[in-house]
Amino acid sequence: MVTPALPAITTTEQLWSVLGQVSDPEVPVLSILDLGIVRDAELHNGKATVTITPTYSGCPAVSAIAMDIRLKLLSEGVHDVTIVTQLSPAWTTDWMSIEGRAKLLAYGIAPPVEPLPGADKPFAPEAVVHCPQCRSAHTELISRFGSTACKALFRCVACGEPFDYFKCHR
Amino acid sequence: MTANQPTPALQHYVLHLADTHLILGQRLGEWCGHGPVLEQDIALTNIGLDLLGQATTLYEYAATLIADGRTADDLAFLRREHEYYNALLVEQPNGDFGVTVARQFFFDTFQQLFLQGLIHSSDVVLAGMAEKALKEATYHLKWSSEWIIRLGDGTDESHRRIQKALNELWMYTGELTTPAPYETELAEAGYIHNPATLRERWMEHVKQVVTEATLTLPPADAWMNQGGKTGRHTEHLGYLLTEMQYMQRTYPGMKW
Repeated sequence: MVTPALPAITTTEQLWSVLGQVSDPEVPVLSILDLGIVRDAELHNGKATVTITPTYSGCPAVSAIAMDIRLKLLSEGVHDVTIVTQLSPAWTTDWMSIEGRAKLLAYGIAPPVEPLPGADKPFAPEAVVHCPQCRSAHTELISRFGSTACKALFRCVACGEPFDYFKCHR
Repeated sequence: MTANQPTPALQHYVLHLADTHLILGQRLGEWCGHGPVLEQDIALTNIGLDLLGQATTLYEYAATLIADGRTADDLAFLRREHEYYNALLVEQPNGDFGVTVARQFFFDTFQQLFLQGLIHSSDVVLAGMAEKALKEATYHLKWSSEWIIRLGDGTDESHRRIQKALNELWMYTGELTTPAPYETELAEAGYIHNPATLRERWMEHVKQVVTEATLTLPPADAWMNQGGKTGRHTEHLGYLLTEMQYMQRTYPGMKW
C-alpha cells in the first residue's frame, strides 16, 4: 500500500507536472512529456484521464508506461485513473520537446534530425547524423534497427565510437 | 453501410488483416537468435514486433465487432486452423534468409500500397491503425528492397538462392490482390479499396527492384494459389499454430 506523504494532487496543472516525472522505461533520461506521447491530461474531482499515443505499434514500453503512470498517480493520491490510447494522429518525433533532444544528446544518443530527400529509397542515406561524442558529421549507419524500435545503430568514422541514433519518425 | 457497423463481412475482414499481421510476425519471431548476423537478427525481430503491435490493435477491434465475449487474446490464440484468414504468403516457412527476404519483399510492397489507401477509410479504427503502420511499413520495405538487391546482385550463390526464393513464393503473391468475397462486399459498399486495384502498382515496384537486383520474375499470368483469406491453408499453418498456441492451450488464460 502506497501512502501519500503529501495531500493528493487536485488540479490538472499538478497532473501535468507529475506526468513530467514519469520516465520512458527504455530511454530513462526522457520523460513521457519530452517524448511527446501524452496527448491530453485532465484531473477533475479526483478522477484523472490521461490520453497517450504509442510510439511504434509494437513498442513493449507502451504498456510499461501506462503502468508507470498509474503507479505514479497512485503515489500522488489519485486512485481513479483512466488511460486512453489514441492512434491518430500518429506519433511523430516532431513532438519531442527541445529539452528532450538536449537530454538525449547529453545521454549519448543522437537526437532525430531532418531526413535527407528520398531517404525511403533503397540504399539512400538516412540523414546527416552527428556523433554525440565528438560531434563529427562523418558517421555511418550500421543498422536501421537498433536496440529498440525507435533507434538505429550508427558508427562515428572520426572517433570510432558506435552510437544510437533516435530515428526521425514522421 | 455506415462506419463500424459490425457486419459479418467487416468481422471477417478485420480478422483477415489481424491474422496476416500475426502470422507473419510469428514467422519473423522464429528468427530470434538465428539471424545470419546480429544486426539482421534484430532487424527481423523488430519488423516482427511492429507487425505484432499492429495485429494487437486489429484483434482488439475484431473483439469489439464480434462481441461474443472473446478477447483479443482468445481470437489470436484459440481459433482453429480453418478459422484463420491470413494470406497464404505469410504462413510460408522461413527457409533460408533469401526466402524470408523474398516473402517480406512481396508482402511489404503490397502493405505499403494497401496502407496508403486504408488511411482514407471511413472506418476510424482501421484508418488510425493504418496511419501509424504506414510509417513502419515504409522502412520495412526499404529493408527488404535493399536485401533483394544485395542478394541478387551479390555472389553467384546469393543470386541463385534469392532467384529460387522469388520463383517458389511467386504463386502466393496473386492472393494479396485478389479480393475475398468479404473484401468485394466491403469495396462495393465504398468501405475499403478493392485490393485488385493495387495489382498494377505492386507489380511495378516489384519489377523495378527485381530488375535492379539482376533477377527475373516468373510470368505474371502464372497459376496462383488461393484460399488463405477464406480459411483454406497450406500444410504449414497447422505446425505454426501448434507452436504459437502451445502456452494458451496448455495453461489456459495464462499471462506474462
